[in-house]
Amino acid sequence: MNTQDTRRPAGKKLSLKEKYAQMTRGLGWDTSYEPMDQVFDQLGLEGIKIHDWDKWEDPFRLTMDAYWKYQAEKERKLYAVLDAFQQNNGHLNISDARYVNTLKLFFTGITPAEYNAHRLFAMLGRQFPGPGAAIACQMQAVDELRHVQTQIHSISQYNKYFNGLHDHTVMNDRLWYLSVPKSFFEDAISSGPFEQIIAISFALEYLLTNLVFMPFMSGAAYNGDMATVTFGFSSQSDEARHMTLGLECIKFVLEQDPGNAAIIQRYLDKWFWRGYKVLGLVSMMLDYMLPKKVMSWKEAWDIYFVQNGGSLFNDLSRYGLSMPKYWEQSVAEAEHLSHQTWNAFYNFSGAAAFHVWLPSDEDMAWLAEKYPNTFDQHYRPRIEHYRKLQAEGKRYYNPSLPMLCQTCQTPLIFTEMDDPTRTSHRQLEHDGDTYHFCSDGCRDIFAEQPDKYVSAWLPAHQILQGNCVEPGTEAAGDPGADALRYFHVVAGQDNLDYEGSPDEANWRRWKGLDKTTPAAAA
Amino acid sequence: MSVEIRVASIDPIRQTFARTARRFGADKPASRYQEASFDLQPRDNFHYRPVWDPQRDIYDRRRTAIEMRDWDDFRDPRQYYYATYVLNRARMQEAAEKSFEFVDKHGLMATLSAAQVQDIETLLLPLRHLEWAANLNNCFISAYCFGSPMAQGAIYTTTDRLGIAQYLSRIGLLLDGNSGQSLTDAKARWLDDPAWQPLRRLTERSLVQKDWFELFVAQNLVLDSLIHPLLYAPFHSGVGDTGGAYLAMLTEFIKDWSADNQKWVDACLKIATAESPANRARLSAWTAEWKALALDALAPLAQRAAHLDGPERLAAAARALDQRIAKLGFEAA
Ligand SMILES: [Fe+2]
Ligand SMILES: [Fe+2]
Repeated sequence: MNTQDTRRPAGKKLSLKEKYAQMTRGLGWDTSYEPMDQVFDQLGLEGIKIHDWDKWEDPFRLTMDAYWKYQAEKERKLYAVLDAFQQNNGHLNISDARYVNTLKLFFTGITPAEYNAHRLFAMLGRQFPGPGAAIACQMQAVDELRHVQTQIHSISQYNKYFNGLHDHTVMNDRLWYLSVPKSFFEDAISSGPFEQIIAISFALEYLLTNLVFMPFMSGAAYNGDMATVTFGFSSQSDEARHMTLGLECIKFVLEQDPGNAAIIQRYLDKWFWRGYKVLGLVSMMLDYMLPKKVMSWKEAWDIYFVQNGGSLFNDLSRYGLSMPKYWEQSVAEAEHLSHQTWNAFYNFSGAAAFHVWLPSDEDMAWLAEKYPNTFDQHYRPRIEHYRKLQAEGKRYYNPSLPMLCQTCQTPLIFTEMDDPTRTSHRQLEHDGDTYHFCSDGCRDIFAEQPDKYVSAWLPAHQILQGNCVEPGTEAAGDPGADALRYFHVVAGQDNLDYEGSPDEANWRRWKGLDKTTPAAAA
Repeated sequence: MSVEIRVASIDPIRQTFARTARRFGADKPASRYQEASFDLQPRDNFHYRPVWDPQRDIYDRRRTAIEMRDWDDFRDPRQYYYATYVLNRARMQEAAEKSFEFVDKHGLMATLSAAQVQDIETLLLPLRHLEWAANLNNCFISAYCFGSPMAQGAIYTTTDRLGIAQYLSRIGLLLDGNSGQSLTDAKARWLDDPAWQPLRRLTERSLVQKDWFELFVAQNLVLDSLIHPLLYAPFHSGVGDTGGAYLAMLTEFIKDWSADNQKWVDACLKIATAESPANRARLSAWTAEWKALALDALAPLAQRAAHLDGPERLAAAARALDQRIAKLGFEAA
């Protein structure tokens, strides 16, 4: 190590790629005072074999100084818009106060998921022994924290003027329908590192993120919500990085060992179906909740899953991967999913933190056009029936607690696709108990890891067992009212119909709309 | 913007989120730091036990021996949330970038004496691996700690440490004319040079540490408080021959970062100590243990830096550590 030699340019200069490799990849070393399998002690949990972490191709070459610089530029712009939005009462520019209910769904369902992603990627950033993979995950860990916080700051203004946004973290932990996205993310985070990254980076970010992102951000744009549009676009360049990470990761793992493909296919089957069941909430948002519609769920599923996802799996077929199990069923269900989901929320709106309403004549004409095979035949008659009951002052509520799917936790409200009058219900015996499922996909997932899924916290069961009582308070004896307090849903404020809600009354007052107050909801 | 706004009629119906109001009061608007930082981590009704730690929940207080009634009490005196964090670091990197460009453009590394080059090679560049370990350790804290404020502070320190490792790498690349040879040599020193082995051994020991708060003490308090004065500080002060000022420019980010990060580290330790005598005893014992280990591990490097007053620097750093923690409310005993 002659010092004079190292000072002089030693012949060949590094390419940018080599320079990045020196600055990052060269940082790690094989430990010798402590065994590597103790330093990185989660890698053996799943049977995935990695022979050479150096084969990892960095999906993007971003050094920390460049990261700080680019991200700071984005934050400057984003917060300038948010400041203006607050100063100018931007929330008054949305199409209609009904629109805010999509934000309630997003903020209580998705923002807490972003938080889990922040911690999940920190775990991966520590667990992967290759610095290339670890650094990509660390950057995503801090990006996901950014998403949580920019969403909080964008929604902050809405929370000051609308109900149902005020306690998003507690609601995510406790509110019955939010156990669908919560259990999805906890399923991922409680898995081994390779399943973690396949679940989120690949199945969620790469395959399904458009299905969350596009509806909410376009919905925001169509409905005059500048705050959401701005944070949405601002996070899009992060998402592009995250999706590249997902694809690189799956290719890397598949190329490392031929035995990995079978495990990865199992993960893809599982996480496709897990993700698809969460998207039921998005389907009703697109078809029923946006005052100004963007596109139908069926159209979205066709473009973003069938076409884009299809060509992706075409690319991956050379590794021996095939389209996820039961994908055809998701296509068949696209004609029904949103109608059945919205119907369920209409029936159980007493226990929800957002408002519901029946579609207008105009809405129904749109639904009939978008769903020519199903809407007029199956769903319009039911809506017209509800309308009639409502006009007679007999608004229909479902007083029972629905049975929940042991895997995805959606209520068993969906029907068989070949017979829209028959509920889809599967069962499985395990250790002498019977478990219930919404679908073959969910039953299969349970059958792979029954010991994991028997421990699920099913809200309906917990309410019946009297476990949903606000800590530190006495049970009032009415499980429904106790559960609402436990959910931090304020009765008469956050729940029930939009018509007659404080949200509606405030909106009409702020906008100077007609002064006649509609009748209070039942 | 066709809406006619009548300001008087659109008073807010609440000031902030319920979780923020429970912590900071409902009667006033909350700051962006407050809304973005506290009570975000899931608390109740975990569905599954993690396969990587089946005895505990996904987020679990029992991953450290430290106990807190309120794990969200770890307020960052810098009030960093993502936007303020990256804006601050972007300013710091802008200054650093100018320094690196200046030194590069004018070929100033060539003005360094052979002794200075040797100091960089033997004392500074191998630290990039130590910074990588510090990155992994803080990433571990962010992943497995309890409560969103701690996880937030630790992930910023994680990315900071990667940034420092990369700045050190760039110093090497300036030195070797972008051949990468100096970094290859530095790695060889980290792996094989006898003077560096005790520190590498201790670093690897930190990498298998499972109590995240002990790791916080080992890495962010003890190792940092000894290594910065011993190995970084000689380069901050422009010592030695003519080129010293340039080295001070190139390591300024590291110096500024250390002062900034220390505010967060001290705040966390002060809050944990004040919580209970049991925490105080625990922090004292961990500090004593890691301090003894670190002083042993750093002794050969202090010897190697004898011409830079290495042994005196290390002894002074040990005394400063004692004084620092005394101010925080505990002691290394
Ligand atoms: Fe995200
Ligand atoms: Fe299911």
